Amino acid sequence: MNKDEPILKVNNLHVTFSTYGGTVQAVRGVDFHLNKGETLAIVGESGCGKSVTSNAIMRLIPDPPGKITAGNIYFKGVDLTKLSEKKMRAIRGVDISMIFQDPMTALNPTLTIGTQLTEGLRQHQKVSKEKAIEKAIDIMEVVGIPNPKERLKQYPHQFSGGMRQRIVIAMALICEPELLIADEPTTALDVTIQAQILELFETIQKATGVSIILITHDLGVVAKIADRIAVMYAGKIIETGNNRDIFYQPQHPYTKGLLNSVPRLDLAGEKLEPIEGTPPDLFSPPKGCPFAARCPYVMEVCNKVFPVQTEYTDSHHVNCWLQDERAKSLLATIANE
Amino acid sequence: MFEDKERKKILQVHHVKKYFPMDRGKQLKAVDDVTFHVYKGETFGLVGESGCGKSTIGRTIMGLYNKTAGEVIFKGRDVHALTEREKHAFYREMQMIFQDPYASLNPRLTVREIISEPMEVHRLFPNKRKQNARVDELLEEVGLNRDHANRYPHEFSGGQRQRIGIARALALDPEFIIADEPISALDVSVQAQVVNLLKTLQTEKGLTFLFIAHDLSMVKHISDRIGVMYLGHLVELTESDTLYDDPLHPYTKALLSAIPIPDPDIEEKRERIILKGELPSPIDPPSGCVFRTRCPVAMDICARKTPTWQEAKPDHFVACHLYNENGPKVNIQGHNKVEV
Ligand SMILES: Nc1ncnc2c1ncn2[C@@H]1O[C@H](COP(=O)(O)OP(=O)(O)OP(=O)(O)O)[C@@H](O)[C@H]1O
Ligand SMILES: Nc1ncnc2c1ncn2[C@@H]1O[C@H](COP(=O)(O)OP(=O)(O)OP(=O)(O)O)[C@@H](O)[C@H]1O
Ligand code: SF4
Ligand SMILES: [Mg+2]
Ligand SMILES: [Mg+2]
Repeated sequence: MNKDEPILKVNNLHVTFSTYGGTVQAVRGVDFHLNKGETLAIVGESGCGKSVTSNAIMRLIPDPPGKITAGNIYFKGVDLTKLSEKKMRAIRGVDISMIFQDPMTALNPTLTIGTQLTEGLRQHQKVSKEKAIEKAIDIMEVVGIPNPKERLKQYPHQFSGGMRQRIVIAMALICEPELLIADEPTTALDVTIQAQILELFETIQKATGVSIILITHDLGVVAKIADRIAVMYAGKIIETGNNRDIFYQPQHPYTKGLLNSVPRLDLAGEKLEPIEGTPPDLFSPPKGCPFAARCPYVMEVCNKVFPVQTEYTDSHHVNCWLQDERAKSLLATIANE
Repeated sequence: MFEDKERKKILQVHHVKKYFPMDRGKQLKAVDDVTFHVYKGETFGLVGESGCGKSTIGRTIMGLYNKTAGEVIFKGRDVHALTEREKHAFYREMQMIFQDPYASLNPRLTVREIISEPMEVHRLFPNKRKQNARVDELLEEVGLNRDHANRYPHEFSGGQRQRIGIARALALDPEFIIADEPISALDVSVQAQVVNLLKTLQTEKGLTFLFIAHDLSMVKHISDRIGVMYLGHLVELTESDTLYDDPLHPYTKALLSAIPIPDPDIEEKRERIILKGELPSPIDPPSGCVFRTRCPVAMDICARKTPTWQEAKPDHFVACHLYNENGPKVNIQGHNKVEV
């Protein structure tokens, strides 16, 4: 593999779920890549497919009812969609780790923290018990848990919410993965604890060079730690760019709407401009642009055809018909009138 | 907005305590000696981290919980000393909107039945026709329409359900509304819809709001004044811009600095106060100042004495030994730095 190749490349990913109500088209042709050592944030409304996308990378989509119906997921050049469950198991938790939103579901209440931390090392990397414990103590120190030696013997319920989330992070990091997927890792935490955890992510990334996919709905968190951002809407990525591209030059009407609908602590009295309406139903997603029903600039074409991707700049890509040359000249005429 | 010094206090909370009994004779001090008042027509925001006692204070004000000590005075009357008959009248004047729009609406009732229920209890209208007309009116006020009346809650999105909850709270034409995390369960793009609706209703109807939330950015956006809680205590209270521009309590400073701002350039430059340690338990709170175990500038006295609640600057209240009259003269500047 070339050194400058992205560590992860997702092409045309489709995931569906069959339910009583019909087939949910949860992820509908997602493309993105992640460079080595960078943090990519995936943002978007509840139900837009963020977790399904990350679970697909880990091959953790429950089948049935779920299914990856198309697409490829290249991790260091290997297509994960083609791997057997056995091969996948050797990758999970070792090369790619995941942190879930709720720290309690990720921990087994009946096993000590020490057992849970060392499990992966001993199974996958055949490390001796003593070595594994040594490593567990080191990693507990890294994530900021005092008295790690004694703490290893305790059970999850003996820790506070913030500490449990640190333990979950320690578990994800102990095998030194190259890719870390964090699905809303701080959503369940208070902001003062969130600040501790975000700082921890930054320190760890500097020290180990791990690549991170961060899923969150908190734009403040994104501004703080993302290098690049992918904005998802109704199962599709509709805009991607560098952190500053998205915050200072948003092009998609949904991205602009999202930024205008959050209040800013540092600004006084600005008006909130909500996006009216709600996202479409994923049982029968619209043919055209999924944002068309809520978009203030909607044109006829938007309802009919999904917008092609345009390169606003090299780093900044958008799927919106407003970026099409024909729409631009149309808008210019309207503005001149 | 409230230049007038004679602003009318519609609600007064005096030294209120709410303790919950626990095993082995222990007590959980959910609210411990909280004092503040709310002016008529304002939005008073109450912020603080999970478990600090925000909902408990709201429920105690509503009389849904008995108090352990103190007094809640609403329009001159002690809420906890009302007769059954007076209570009935009280609930017409004060209403509550809850956090979870999914759990707080009865799934077996239609929207019309949900909104009519309080009107029926209070026999507001002589006949069904008048009552139905009022339901239609309320639906329109909250941005829904009369066609929605015969549907069930599960047919609505979260933001729409919260509107139904608001319509229900407005049904009795209350003067005072306690909104306990009314937007926390909603998507970011939908939160703004509900907040704007609350603001419009306030201007149109002259409502008074007690707005409870943990999201300080949103609380600052909607509130005239803000109280900051920590572990059952109110630690600071002032106008919302002052709270941001000139926070006094070390906890408020840390809280403000912990909230990420959706602007990468600002985030890059910001210095943060990272608090050490975890939130202590309200069953076994620290002696003296409850914040001292995490406070970056704690002093000896903080472990020994509970700081008093005092007006450190005009209309700016704080409970911290740094600001005691004969306290040490230390200098804490800005909320990006704490220096001693
Ligand atoms: N096991 C499942 N069975 C059926 N539908 C599912 C399942 N898992 C996810 N979905 C559906 O797939 C869509 C995408 O869900 P996903 O969990 O990825 O959303 P999300 O973007 O992570 O949202 P949130 O911010 O709420 O976590 C949703 O419509 C969801 O209902
Ligand atoms: N009915 C109850 N019985 C016993 N303890 C309670 C009860 N209600 C609340 N508590 C406790 O009182 C404390 C304050 O809880 P409260 O619900 O008021 O917090 P909050 O500030 O609203 O938190 P959140 O932001 O999580 O809603 C917590 O420790 C909680 O566990
Ligand atoms: S494609 Fe059309 S509907 Fe979609 S965001 Fe762009 S202008 Fe709006
Ligand atoms: Mg999710
Ligand atoms: Mg609460």
